[in-house]
Amino acid sequence: MEAFVLVLTIFLLSLFVGFEVITKVPPLLHTPLMSGANAISGITLVGTLVTSGQQLTTFTTILGFIAVAMATANVVGGFLLTHRMLGMFRRKD
Amino acid sequence: MPKALIDLFYLAAAILFILGLKGLSHPRTAVRGNLLGSLGMLIAIVVTLLDKRIVSFETIVAGLVVGGLVGAVMAYRVSMTGMPQVVAVFNGFGGGASALAVGAALEEALKGGFVEEISTQFTFAAASSALIGGVAFTGSAIAFGKLQRLITERPVLLPGRHVMNLALVMICLGLSVWLIMEPTSSLPFWLLTGVACVLGAMLVLPIGGADMPVVISLLNAYSGLAAAGHGWVLNNSVLIIAGSLVGAAGFILTALMSKAMNRSLSNVMFAGVGAVVATEAESEDIYAGRVKSASPEEVAMLLDGCRRVVIAPGYGMAVAQAQYAVADLTSLLESKGIEVEFAIHPVAGRMPGHMNVLLADANIPYEKLKDMDEINPTFRQTDMVLVIGANDVVNPKARDADPSIPISGMPILNADQARSVVVIKRSLGPGFAGIPNPLFAADNALLLFGDAKKMTMDLMTALKES
Repeated sequence: MEAFVLVLTIFLLSLFVGFEVITKVPPLLHTPLMSGANAISGITLVGTLVTSGQQLTTFTTILGFIAVAMATANVVGGFLLTHRMLGMFRRKD
Repeated sequence: MPKALIDLFYLAAAILFILGLKGLSHPRTAVRGNLLGSLGMLIAIVVTLLDKRIVSFETIVAGLVVGGLVGAVMAYRVSMTGMPQVVAVFNGFGGGASALAVGAALEEALKGGFVEEISTQFTFAAASSALIGGVAFTGSAIAFGKLQRLITERPVLLPGRHVMNLALVMICLGLSVWLIMEPTSSLPFWLLTGVACVLGAMLVLPIGGADMPVVISLLNAYSGLAAAGHGWVLNNSVLIIAGSLVGAAGFILTALMSKAMNRSLSNVMFAGVGAVVATEAESEDIYAGRVKSASPEEVAMLLDGCRRVVIAPGYGMAVAQAQYAVADLTSLLESKGIEVEFAIHPVAGRMPGHMNVLLADANIPYEKLKDMDEINPTFRQTDMVLVIGANDVVNPKARDADPSIPISGMPILNADQARSVVVIKRSLGPGFAGIPNPLFAADNALLLFGDAKKMTMDLMTALKES
């Protein structure tokens, strides 16, 4: 139960931090925000790495491979795409 | 590495994610913000690879290489017009990966690996991840199909869909309870994932293309929450923090987009707006004898007398890939001493901020891209509004409090208040909301019939000759 409350605390406080930080993003940058946030959601890769490195059964190994590949595509693609987009926003010369 | 040290690195990663998202609040700091975020991700991944529970690296390396290549190629090869599709795909990958990874964790836990005891928190979070991840996966796939025009952009309204969806949700709840009450088999988990996938497709099919900004934002939130759920399963703080940050970002965008259309989220999700298109007769009532068509030469002459021009772009500009031509036209007008600004409606295009990215790609400085609240008071001092590929977002009918109008109450760009309005449009066909637009028949409005890119270029030629 103690562990649960701790996890719940982290979860709710992060949601609040998220709301506070992200309400300040102007409409101009909504697409990079979405794509950058999306890249961060690829954090699921971290959990995937632990499970897929244990190789208990063939089934979990296959699942692990697919999950690692999808999450990596999400992370790598997300950050690169955001970087590419942001490079286009420039000031008046 | 001791667990406490790993957790400290995770904390550093989480802080970098927050700083990264904070950086995105201004164009000057945004690039650095994104780099901070990716640095956080790198730290989290490297530290995890040092975990002693990992006994074999073949699968991991193979997955990293394949996924990394797919992601990099997609991110670099996509044209700016294909951006919404790719964002949808990445959303789906995140959600799908979470669901599968949680499934793998459950399989291993059942074999006695990796956790001593399958707790209620474990099964509850596993069920949530399966549901949310599955919906995000197929929902994004359908959104991709609609944006790529593999399936119709119009709402697909299956008979009895509300009842079917309700039944699917009930089945999901039942399977979740089964999984939580009897955590001895992975069967309910996989059934749940399957049903969630069907539900995801069912939920997005009835939503029209113009409502995609809301849908993509919502799927973004789901992909974050699925990752957070994965964190609950593994008791991993960095997954929970990062996942909830993304969830918050997605929900904020969802709320902003719904608000920009003055519609509730449930209206966007379930009402099937855009399925009904105005009949010829209804359109005829408004347009007959009042629509004035013009040639590029006539418009060029009018432009010569303008001091301030506002360009209101819409999805039609993206489809015609007219943004580069529009940028050239902007430079030409400015060289003639005309002030040019852009009016960006929050839901113009197919994802939040779509028009901004397209115009930024065409080298238009971001100071010229004004959001609706900023530009609306200036229309009265504007000599000409050029509407390029936009329709519903400049439709004055939205101001009517008539509930039969799907966009009733939606805040619009007040283009009709300018001295003159020139609309570049292929035909008088209705916009996505399916209703005619009285702006096209207004006294101060002229229509340039044709493709957005071609007409913009013809306009430039005419301007150079005049």
